[in-house]
Amino acid sequence: MKLNRRGFIGAGAAVAASLSAPMVMGAGKPRVVVIGGGAGGATAARYIAKGSKGAIDVTLVEPSRTYYTCFFSNLYIAGFRELSSIAHSYGTLASKYGVNVVHDWAVGIDRDAKTVSLAGGAKLSYDRLVLSPGIDFVDGAVPGWDVTSQNKMPHAYKAGSQSELLKAQIEAMPQGGTFAMVAPPNPYRCPPGPYERVSMVAHVLKEKNPTAKIIIADPKPKFSKMALFQEGWGNHYDGMIDWVGSDFGGDNVEVNPDEMTVSIDGEVTKVDVCNVIPAMKAGKICEMAGITEGNWAPVSGHTMQSRIDENIHVLGDATNQGDMPKSGFSANSQAKVAAMAIRGALTGSKVFPAKFSNTCWSLIDTEDGVKVGATYEATDEKIAKVDGFISKTGEGAELRKATYEESVGWYAGITSDMFG
Amino acid sequence: MRLGGVVIAVWAALSGAAFAEESATAIGDPERGAKMFKRCQSCHQVGLGGKHKVGPHLNGIFFRPAAAFDDYKYSKGMYAAREAGLVWDVDGLGNFLEAPKATVPGTKMSFRGMKKEQDRNDLLAYLRTFSDNPQDIPEAAPTARKVEVELAPEILAIVGDPDYGEYLSTECTTCHQTDGAYDGIPSIVQWPTEDFVIAMHAYKIKQREHPVMQMMAGRLSDEEIAALAAYFGNLE
Ligand SMILES: Cc1cc2nc3c(=O)[nH]c(=O)nc-3n(C[C@H](O)[C@H](O)[C@H](O)COP(=O)(O)OP(=O)(O)OC[C@H]3O[C@@H](n4cnc5c(N)ncnc54)[C@H](O)[C@@H]3O)c2cc1C
Ligand code: HEC
Ligand code: HEC
Repeated sequence: MKLNRRGFIGAGAAVAASLSAPMVMGAGKPRVVVIGGGAGGATAARYIAKGSKGAIDVTLVEPSRTYYTCFFSNLYIAGFRELSSIAHSYGTLASKYGVNVVHDWAVGIDRDAKTVSLAGGAKLSYDRLVLSPGIDFVDGAVPGWDVTSQNKMPHAYKAGSQSELLKAQIEAMPQGGTFAMVAPPNPYRCPPGPYERVSMVAHVLKEKNPTAKIIIADPKPKFSKMALFQEGWGNHYDGMIDWVGSDFGGDNVEVNPDEMTVSIDGEVTKVDVCNVIPAMKAGKICEMAGITEGNWAPVSGHTMQSRIDENIHVLGDATNQGDMPKSGFSANSQAKVAAMAIRGALTGSKVFPAKFSNTCWSLIDTEDGVKVGATYEATDEKIAKVDGFISKTGEGAELRKATYEESVGWYAGITSDMFG
Repeated sequence: MRLGGVVIAVWAALSGAAFAEESATAIGDPERGAKMFKRCQSCHQVGLGGKHKVGPHLNGIFFRPAAAFDDYKYSKGMYAAREAGLVWDVDGLGNFLEAPKATVPGTKMSFRGMKKEQDRNDLLAYLRTFSDNPQDIPEAAPTARKVEVELAPEILAIVGDPDYGEYLSTECTTCHQTDGAYDGIPSIVQWPTEDFVIAMHAYKIKQREHPVMQMMAGRLSDEEIAALAAYFGNLE
């Protein structure tokens, strides 16, 4: 076995060198298993493998061979992107970085034995486990809807076939028809996501079906980038979008997928498309591992270690960490902190204080992009916001176009940071 | 077609030894072009003693093959363009300046492009004045630009720790690509240290306007900026 000598010596100068490194000496290469090959998991696998240069054995467990990013899936729905442009494979992680990619579901975690069982029957041992399984939906969150209704009333909140289905349904709407969205309560994946979605749907309808209507039933009294979206909806889609917040009964919703009706505060409306985005919780495997409290997995911001089991690091949407929004950018940022901590613990490489950042871009209409972002640091209590910014209402078209172009650059950047 | 047919014909005829005879004014207005060059000078120098900065210096650019300097590290895309025979004649330059990414896929020149033909022609007329015989290059370096931020010599003298830079860089690579590809967010690899440090401080003191970069640079110390400059400056 090869220990990273240089890193090990360097640990003396490190801010918080771990003492557990010698433990793994002589026990063969330390093993890291990563569950979930999305924004958090793919980044973590790549950074651990790349940084340790073969000194750590990294296995990535992910059922799909193709990962469709949720980010930019709204742009696909609007026709700004092809589906193939948001599809990514794990080939480079395996060939260039030596990650063992296993296409299977993790179905059980034995925290005492430190093993993961896979649906196919295999069992993987780990020294450290990384969980980045994204989200699942809370059962019964929207009365009348459960996952078996997702072909009639898609969520499109996991990208791929759901995005294709929603796009096809929107394009098949009769002239003057109605598109309804049931928005989720906080906290959920991608706070501006539902409202960017509505903007993109409106963009399609304005061109193909200008008399159509959009209703949003929202269990919240306000939402992310609200002033920017409402200004944009007024500018581009005047009169098309009706947002019903919780102050107006948007939190009292029931759907009927067979009848294609939505009842908002008792008033039943027949709709042509109904995009139900239910309340969310950490991906089920977190619950199965027994590392959740309530709907989410609590973690320490210094290392992204679970507060319940220090051999497990949890990333991205599944976590309860503090101030960061649940976004791909956040998951990617958290993955690098976890990768550093894991390398430090297993090979004694240098560890620096955790730093995080996030920026979320949203597209309102063609070349009308807006953004919100912040930087964060780890305190003992949580990941705490340091500084932030948000696009302003009334910005000129040139700036909005530059913002959109930046988001295209970011997409290329983050996907190459995830998949190599 | 970027220029009038007559001018193209003139240039075609000039691609031989005789081209040095032709005056720049045949392409456009070099005086107006000098103003257009403001859009290039954050990255390129021309004029006597011009050095490579973020981009290579542009003295003698006309009729030189793409990626011709041995002492400047170009992107893979630019080397491929040279292999494919790209030469910086008026057409080649015109196409590249109009749409850098489309003309040289994979270029690390972070420039959106100059859409107006007249602007390009005037700029080329200006650049042409630095491409005649070396002795004709004007004495006073016209691009000796004002330094963006005056930094104390101690700050510029800090030698960055590339290992620390590598860790800090992970915050940048969500947006800036490590291979220098430009898809809407500028390339920051292989910059001269000083240019990198100055650019970061310009964001930090909010002299450069960009909310994301002001925020990112805002919490970096002088040592951290130097570490990032050292890391990105040598990234292959
Ligand atoms: C419409 C929409 C737009 C968005 N736009 C943006 C945006 O512009 N910017 C941004 O930053 N974020 C955006 N997001 C949010 C972003 O997609 C998520 O925050 C991000 O993907 C979270 O990363 P993650 O690693 O936690 O989960 P995911 O990326 O969802 O990855 C989880 C992976 O785990 C796998 N998995 C789950 N359970 C198991 C198991 N038991 N065994 C093995 N594998 C398993 C899944 O197959 C999946 O591939 C958007 C989201 C949506 C829905
Ligand atoms: C943000 C920095 C930046 C700006 C602004 C910029 N360039 Fe560049 N330029 C570069 C870089 C970097 C390269 C090297 C490209 C590569 O290797 O792909 C380059 C390459 C070139 C080349 C090819 C040089 C060679 O030796 O092959 C020309 C010509 C050129 N630039 C002209 C211009 C002109 C004219 C402008 C102004 C309109 C301009 N550039 C603006 C950074 C810039
Ligand atoms: C959220 C995306 C994002 C992140 C993260 C980010 N940048 Fe930037 N960066 C940008 C954008 C967009 C620009 C162009 C800004 C402008 O127009 O002034 C830029 C510009 C720059 C420039 C000037 C480029 C030029 O051509 O003049 C430098 C240098 C730079 N960034 C360095 C960094 C470093 C170092 C980090 C990490 C500490 C970083 N950036 C993190 C988006 C980002």
